Amino acid sequence: MDDVKILEAVERYIRGEMKPDERVYFEQLRKDNQEVDQMVVEHTVFLHQVNELAERKEFRSTLQEVHTDLAEKDLIHSAKLKGNDKVIYLWNRYKRVAAIAASIAGITALTFSGLVVAFSPKQDNQKLQELDRKLSIVTRDNVIQKAELNNIKRKIDPASFTSGGTGFLIDGKGYLVTNEHVIKNAKNIAVQNSKGIIYNAIVIHQDAARDIAILKIADDSFRVINSIPYNFKKSSTDLAEPIFTMGFPRNEIVYGEGYLSSKTGFLGDTLTCQIAIAANPGNSGSPVLNKNGEVIGLLSTRQKAAEGVVFAIQSKYINKAIEDLKKADSSYQNIRMPSGSLKGIERTEQVKKLEDYIFMVKIN
Amino acid sequence: MHPENNEEELLKGLAINDKRAVETIYRENYNMIQTLIISNSGTTDDAKDIFQEAMIVLYEKTKGGNFTLNCQIKTYVYSICRRLWLKRLQQINRYSNEMDSLSEVVPSEEDIEDHERKNEEFRLMEKAISTLGEPCKSLIEAFYIQKMNMQEIANLFGYTNAENAKNQKYKCLMRLKKIFFSQYKNGNGNG
Repeated sequence: MDDVKILEAVERYIRGEMKPDERVYFEQLRKDNQEVDQMVVEHTVFLHQVNELAERKEFRSTLQEVHTDLAEKDLIHSAKLKGNDKVIYLWNRYKRVAAIAASIAGITALTFSGLVVAFSPKQDNQKLQELDRKLSIVTRDNVIQKAELNNIKRKIDPASFTSGGTGFLIDGKGYLVTNEHVIKNAKNIAVQNSKGIIYNAIVIHQDAARDIAILKIADDSFRVINSIPYNFKKSSTDLAEPIFTMGFPRNEIVYGEGYLSSKTGFLGDTLTCQIAIAANPGNSGSPVLNKNGEVIGLLSTRQKAAEGVVFAIQSKYINKAIEDLKKADSSYQNIRMPSGSLKGIERTEQVKKLEDYIFMVKIN
Repeated sequence: MHPENNEEELLKGLAINDKRAVETIYRENYNMIQTLIISNSGTTDDAKDIFQEAMIVLYEKTKGGNFTLNCQIKTYVYSICRRLWLKRLQQINRYSNEMDSLSEVVPSEEDIEDHERKNEEFRLMEKAISTLGEPCKSLIEAFYIQKMNMQEIANLFGYTNAENAKNQKYKCLMRLKKIFFSQYKNGNGNG
């Protein structure tokens, strides 16, 4: 029942039906509570879809009307209506009988009214506080889990690399992109591919504001890769478009699916976009790809609170970072963005092809 | 020149589902498409289907806002219809080589792909709505598709007041969203 109340608040907020003071209160709530923020984003996607459907249906009926009209007036060479259909057409044309149909439907629906159970509404904020409490418990559990995980990681890894993330190739000559926060405090960096081969790497570009870092593999054993199978999408991606990601939340590569839930990120941040996808620490720096296997963003798990709320740095900022790098140091002029294509290939094949170009980033 | 004949104006009208604009585009292009379809083993019903589908492609493109047509409406509609009909023929194995000789005027593959993706999304939404069952299905459709207000809905469906109808609508909406998003979120792949 309380879920209904929250949903109602979210919908009234999106439709702009809240009074100013209520709106201010709700916006604060949205700011403080990631789960509420995610509900708003998700419901925006939903309303957008429903609305598109409504418009499509309306347009279809316009087309029908226009077609019948033009055919009757002999303005297009299409068969005219005959018999019953003709009568119906004329009847509709001169008398709108929606009211009759409506009242019949009304009588039928009367039976349902008996089934409706009214419920006593609780205060919104009461419920939301409860949510908040639950959330903080979850967050605390998460922290404990993470600490345990880190412990385990330290035990397994003889090289004593402490924290990690994901990175992926932007040029076969050994250039990778990852999140700046992944390598921020690194003394040494190593990258490991899905086959388990480890290479040393250095940071050649760091942008803390955009949370982007470019790495270069600096290891004699690394062989230049001639072509990279994916490319970077330049135009914007549609709301609710299905997306997927691949990264290293644990010691092997993990695949995840979701959809784009907002074109701008947290509180209207235009740098990022919000995506609904299951992601874990270690997914930072993973590529976010659309159905054609084009990179639309760089996954960034800076928000810790709600599950399924993940932000991605839009791919155009990766392009921008590389341009900055080229300007700053002419020795990187030869970096070329990949131009491969995975369009029209089955997802399992796409994943297989991508695997070799995504690396675990380890630091100490 | 009559403003209605201005193509840009027509597209603007189309974007907002303006009946006069739709009628003008319809009148000026339908016969051409019917000839195309019928001379390539189609019927008048096929012609109507294909033409209306192409109108929807154009409508949805204009609706996006930042859209400029690099050719005449006629050329665009023709290209889309040609593609759509070719696809249809291939599906039912009635494909003949003759169609190949009809030159492709503007590349339209991407627009048709976008359109098909949208169709698929709408299909999922409609499927989710019909899974709801009554009275939810009618209630949701009345509010979100037909855009009736809660008072009208309460009268139509026989609820004692708008508040009751509204509560019922939100309960239905919760279920609908659950069904709808379960199609998007494909499991917890990252477990």
